[in-house]
Amino acid sequence: MANSTPKGAMRLEVFRYSPEKAEEPHFQTYEVPFHKDWVVLDALNYIKDQSDGTLSFRWSCRMGVCGSCGVMVNGVPKLGCSAFLRDYYPNPIRVEPLEHFPVLRDLVFQLDSFLDKLKSVQPWIVRREGEKPVSEGEYLQTPAQHARFKDFSMCINCMLCYAACPVVGMEPHFLGPAAIALAQRYNLDSRDQGRPQRQETVASHDGIWQCTFIGQCSAVCPKHVDPAGAIQQAKLESTIDWFKEVLWPWGGKQR
Amino acid sequence: MKPYVRPMPATWWLKRTPYLLFMLRELTSVFIAAYVVLFLVMIRRLSEGQAAYELFLNGLRSPLAISFHVVALAFALFHTITWFHLTPKAMAVRIGEERVPPALIIAPNYVAWVVVSAAVAWILLRG
Repeated sequence: MANSTPKGAMRLEVFRYSPEKAEEPHFQTYEVPFHKDWVVLDALNYIKDQSDGTLSFRWSCRMGVCGSCGVMVNGVPKLGCSAFLRDYYPNPIRVEPLEHFPVLRDLVFQLDSFLDKLKSVQPWIVRREGEKPVSEGEYLQTPAQHARFKDFSMCINCMLCYAACPVVGMEPHFLGPAAIALAQRYNLDSRDQGRPQRQETVASHDGIWQCTFIGQCSAVCPKHVDPAGAIQQAKLESTIDWFKEVLWPWGGKQR
Repeated sequence: MKPYVRPMPATWWLKRTPYLLFMLRELTSVFIAAYVVLFLVMIRRLSEGQAAYELFLNGLRSPLAISFHVVALAFALFHTITWFHLTPKAMAVRIGEERVPPALIIAPNYVAWVVVSAAVAWILLRG
């Protein structure tokens, strides 16, 4: 937290939910000093330290690496540590938990569904005949082969893309942007052979075909992963699979 | 511990401009479909003879028909341009380690659009 002199005050309207006290959430207004170099997370920590210790929120690294502090800032999913107060000052800002997730307390939401979705795409290197022993050395990869999936591997699981996606809100079983991007990351990896297994999830009813290409997942991604691109590319590849199955002799299985 | 599930209002697409633009893009299909129906009716009238066709053409001169065409054209342009600009998302073309710049994927769409439009114009207007 920076120690520059405050240049005024800033109002924060924060989503509060305490299941033991009330069935419904409400908004509570706090005033924090306005510093040019403060981010929303600094303001939340100021509230927690100085005015209301009961406010709950997740955070860890405060530098856009850990992906813990995602919140809705005026209705847009942002990392609390990367959203500067100066971009909103002097207007008040409304801070809510990420959309489309069940809220446990205040800004803390339940991420079980997200973790299950991640696991369902088998985000690890799959080898048809098991991994070769260490004594046989590494699976080598050229820089060009690495470049194919590098962008999709930058995901920090911050879940901003799920909060930005209206399809996730309407179809809670939709696999969602980050999980599909991660599936694509492994599918494009030259060392991996697990695409057929992943396709059962990725190309299923709850997979890529739910996506209507609104594109906001990519717009809000703090790591420029471009999940919307990953999903459209996966659609294109699945469509090619389908044509091969229908038109190729032996269903195009020999690839 | 009872998690609170926030309702998703039917008006979610009015909350942010990008969502509204997405809904407009979805809506373009209605106008494009409507125009196709109008076009099919026109062909039908043409097959019914000159009198029927001229009656149909007269109908197209009404202010209502003209405003429909203006709106449908605007939506068709919006549809075409937004989808052209989304093609690089679906097509990740790589040369070695570098990805081909998005502009190079978008540009051929415009070129094809101009060429096809010119061909149609040539067929219709050479007479």
